[in-house]
Amino acid sequence: MNLLDLIWMIPLFPAVGFVINGIFGKKLPKPAVAVIASGAVLVSFLMAAGAVYQLSQRPVEERSHNVAVYHWIDGGSAHTMSGDVERFAVDWGFLLDPLSSVMVLVVTGIGFLIHVYSAGYMYEEDGFYRFFAYMNLFMFSMLTLVLGNNYVMMFVGWEGVGLCSYLLIGYYFLKRSAGDAAKKAFIVNRVGDWGFSIGIFMVFMTVGSLEFTTVAERFHEGAAAGHFHAGDTWLVVMALALFVGATGKSAQVPLYVWLPDAMEGPTPVSALIHAATMVTAGVYMVARSNFIFQLAPQAMAVVAVIGALTALMAATIGIVQNDIKRVLAYSTVSQLGYMFLALGVGAFAAGVFHLMTHAFFKALLFLCSGSVIHALHHEQDLRNMGGLKDKIPVTFWTMTIGTLAIAGTPGLAGFFSKDEILWQAFSSSHGHILLWLIGAIVAGITSFYMFRLLFMTFFGEYRGGKAHHHDDHGHGAHAIHESPKAMTIPLMILAAGSLLAGYVGMPKWLSSGGSSFEHWLEPVFEPVPGVAAEVAHYGEGVEIGMAAVSVAVALIGFFIAYTTYYRKSDRAERVSAQFKGLYTAMLNKYYIDELYDWLFVNRAKDGGRFLWRFDSKIVDGVVNGSAATTVQSALGSGWWDRWIVDGLVRFTGGLIKTASWPVRLIETGYTQNYALVMVLGLLVLGGYLLWGTP
Amino acid sequence: MDFFHAHILTIVTFFPLAGMIVLLFFGSENKNLIRLWANAVGIAGFAISIPLWLRFDFDKADQFQFVEHYKWIQALGADYHVGIDGISLLLILLTTLLGPLAILSSWSAIEIRTKEYYAFLLMLQTGMLGVFISLDFFMFYVFWEVMLVPMYFLIGVWGGARKLYAAIKFFLYTLVGSVLLLLGILALYFIYPSIAAVHPEVSAQFGTVPTFNILAFHAISPYLLQNFQEWIFLAFFIGFAIKVPMFPFHTWLPDAHVEAPTAGSVILAGVLLKMGTYGFLRFSLPIVPEGVKHYVPMVAALSIIAIVYGALVAMMQPDMKKLVAYSSVSHMGFVMLGMFALNPNGLNGSIIQQINHGISTGALFLIVGMIYERRHTREIAQFGGLSSVMPQFATVFLIMTMSSIGLPLLNGFIGEFTIMQGAFQRNIWWAVFGGSGIVLGAAYMLWLYQRTMFGKLENPANEKLQDMNLREWATMIPLIIVAFWIGLYPAPFFRALDKPVIKLVQKLDPSYLQGAPRLEAKSGERR
Repeated sequence: MNLLDLIWMIPLFPAVGFVINGIFGKKLPKPAVAVIASGAVLVSFLMAAGAVYQLSQRPVEERSHNVAVYHWIDGGSAHTMSGDVERFAVDWGFLLDPLSSVMVLVVTGIGFLIHVYSAGYMYEEDGFYRFFAYMNLFMFSMLTLVLGNNYVMMFVGWEGVGLCSYLLIGYYFLKRSAGDAAKKAFIVNRVGDWGFSIGIFMVFMTVGSLEFTTVAERFHEGAAAGHFHAGDTWLVVMALALFVGATGKSAQVPLYVWLPDAMEGPTPVSALIHAATMVTAGVYMVARSNFIFQLAPQAMAVVAVIGALTALMAATIGIVQNDIKRVLAYSTVSQLGYMFLALGVGAFAAGVFHLMTHAFFKALLFLCSGSVIHALHHEQDLRNMGGLKDKIPVTFWTMTIGTLAIAGTPGLAGFFSKDEILWQAFSSSHGHILLWLIGAIVAGITSFYMFRLLFMTFFGEYRGGKAHHHDDHGHGAHAIHESPKAMTIPLMILAAGSLLAGYVGMPKWLSSGGSSFEHWLEPVFEPVPGVAAEVAHYGEGVEIGMAAVSVAVALIGFFIAYTTYYRKSDRAERVSAQFKGLYTAMLNKYYIDELYDWLFVNRAKDGGRFLWRFDSKIVDGVVNGSAATTVQSALGSGWWDRWIVDGLVRFTGGLIKTASWPVRLIETGYTQNYALVMVLGLLVLGGYLLWGTP
Repeated sequence: MDFFHAHILTIVTFFPLAGMIVLLFFGSENKNLIRLWANAVGIAGFAISIPLWLRFDFDKADQFQFVEHYKWIQALGADYHVGIDGISLLLILLTTLLGPLAILSSWSAIEIRTKEYYAFLLMLQTGMLGVFISLDFFMFYVFWEVMLVPMYFLIGVWGGARKLYAAIKFFLYTLVGSVLLLLGILALYFIYPSIAAVHPEVSAQFGTVPTFNILAFHAISPYLLQNFQEWIFLAFFIGFAIKVPMFPFHTWLPDAHVEAPTAGSVILAGVLLKMGTYGFLRFSLPIVPEGVKHYVPMVAALSIIAIVYGALVAMMQPDMKKLVAYSSVSHMGFVMLGMFALNPNGLNGSIIQQINHGISTGALFLIVGMIYERRHTREIAQFGGLSSVMPQFATVFLIMTMSSIGLPLLNGFIGEFTIMQGAFQRNIWWAVFGGSGIVLGAAYMLWLYQRTMFGKLENPANEKLQDMNLREWATMIPLIIVAFWIGLYPAPFFRALDKPVIKLVQKLDPSYLQGAPRLEAKSGERR
């Protein structure tokens, strides 16, 4: 069976699951709902795996398979900049190539595990079916995003995942904060989408197509023929417009503010959407458009700097957060920053590699935090945790693996990918020592806040219970149980992934052939001809040395966390008291939310209020004013008509009436009178005729 | 059957009027019978319009089909002349679809003067269809004016607290525009013979005597002087812009919407506004193309203002219906922006978006109407947390909210995206500024949704609210289906529009389809 021609069905299974659960889910028993939803994703995963396998069996140059299902949009003829006329037409089409293979496996694989986990985690919730319906809708959208063969299909998925993110963040819609967070996520993303759509139009205008393989081909050809020059303003603006879209979806500075708030959603949602899959869509989009970015070095620099800045900023905020999910949320923002740093220095494969490993360990960390929250009956504050290591051992061990992976422990997934990024930030022709330095510092901070989280959660004494006085069903330490198998088994699988996923991308100094992951992606990230890419040559020793430095930095982070939070020390209090200003700023996320509220939200509302007044007073005032003027002038002309125009008439009439009173004496109106006068007249006339004539 | 096919446009158009005349013989007390009859007429009216779609020759969508042409007022040269192309086909089907839904939505809302109410609704239906089928300017004008009367009464009799103010404002404002429109028509009417006299290819087809034949006006457009075209454009512009409505002629709209009964709002937003945009497409663009091109910057500026302005004002409205009304101003700004991009993408998107706006905004007015019927208030602050008591309603509202803010796979996206592409082709900045309306659109709609549907249900008056009943579902399902249809498979709609739009573009800019670089804000040299 040729699965490659059937890739259009991969997103369809979750769509069917969505429809079934959305319409009938309320009446179905919970296990049936969960089986339908997870089963749909499992089928997608199996199909995707089969298709990817078939793709890998093809020769390298044929590893790109387009399937157009039908002609979707046909907006008629349009112009390209070169003056060609092309139809603005878009297929409902799909593409499986090395890049989308990676994405589709990550999305369906991790998505399936999270669906299974959710069946346990969400079992007590009222809107169980609603949750799974939305999750399946999300899978459909995300698969459309990664499998779509053109920018518009990508945009479809892009907006679709935004909607599901909205619905799932707002899942606990009774909570006001959840509603606010959902709305914020959607609107901030819309700002990014604005840039993205402008970018799409620019791509079309430049090459007259939106289909990825065609666009890539034409950019490569154009560059080879000298039509495009790296650094052209137009290309830089195009790349930046696309990147604006990426900053929205992938929570980068300045549009990252929605992601931490998105933690209002249920924890599996945070794991699936706000860690492993949706938020990486921006990375995928930039990687997919790599040929544009290659031609726009200035835009690449912007991407790298924004990535580094985001990584640093989010990491520092993560240090002081006390909500277990918020720490992980900022960690996600920070790690996404890493990915953009990689993309910005031209290490597209390294960025995608980190996307993949991060999907494993961050999904794992979120699900572990969910397991902790589940065990503690919705307690999320790290200050009320502690000592859980023996109560929930599976969660503890898997979370430890996740922490070690993200901290960059040699041999674990995070190490390989992070190290590759740092190395590229240093050695690539687009790289810079400062970018490397920021990356290394962030590695240390990451290690610190992750171990802080681990120590505060699992070690020391249990600090919960005292804050809870409503102990109706036992919040004491004795009530803490390990989560059910539906939750722990996915944790173990993800932990295995976090241990092993890195080995597909081992650096040259560890494996003779170099990173097989990179080789797999090579056809997609083919260098655009004519773009200067002088590769700096460093010895293997430098590379190993750099790796050693980043491990050392991570160790430092670990030791500070260990001595501060494992050993009971008052250092945290001391330091925060000493740098009170900085601490407060970090705790309050540098007041960025307040700034945006003041700068944009309130100004938009003011603008709305002002324009509303303007509308009713001025614009409508003119209308009502002219109506009033008409009425007044009507009254005026009525007066004129009555007293002047008609007055003249009546005056004339009156004059004649007055002057004619003698006549009126004989104008009696009585027929007899007239008859009398007539008879008299006849007599006079007759007399005259008889006697008066000669 | 042959008779039906030969006179299909006439039958579709006057069927509601015939139904209305029968209705007048019913006893006023028999309200349910009246309702049943009106609904039957509405549904049958839609049913008989389906053959239009089935029998329409899409390969000749730029030519007028189902044409009927009879002498009417010979002394004036006014004929009974009807026919439709792809553009009017879609608008007619939108009208015949929304008509019965509006009628059905009134079942329990209208208790006083029921018979008169339905009579006016049916009469309105004929008036609107007449506008879209007319190929004679005189006839067009008659329908254009006649249709004001039933709408005036619908608002003025069955409206809300300030119904008289709103009704008179609606009537007079439109009338002011109509007068200028009439002047424009008469100018064309009188200038026609002088042009036909010297251009035999015109006179051979349309004669030399003064005529109201729209096709004749299309034929003489190349010979109209620039200056003359500009004046005609302005006269038409005022007439149509008031109807659309474009900023700053829009203030009648919120008042009319807020006061009108639900069905009135549905028809008003769904169809009546499209008469303005249809006017631009049928008259301004093909008859005075040079005038159009001269005023493109003005119209584009007003459209962009309308997009942003309407959205910002909508955001701060405390009244749901007024919010939706202002959102209409914003959406119609998109429609006008796309149209005045004067390229295929912009025009296609603009017309699709006219249909979309009819679907989405019509549905939103129905939704507001459902809430109003239950609570007799539309103040947003009165609500909150309705998801808990009305989950089905919440779902439908969500779908239509998403349709309105242009979520892909629903109708709004197709129109908006194509319009934006067209606008971008004309001038990058149009798309950049217009795009801000998409952000703001999400803001005001989601805020509305959050304030009414999300959160805890705190107002005790809302605790006992009933979810949607079968009749209400019946009004929404067709709209939901069409919304997904256009979103998922818009090809038939684009197919109906492709040829007529090419015809328009050929008139406006014959070189466009041959291709030549024309990006205004182009940077540097390329390829």
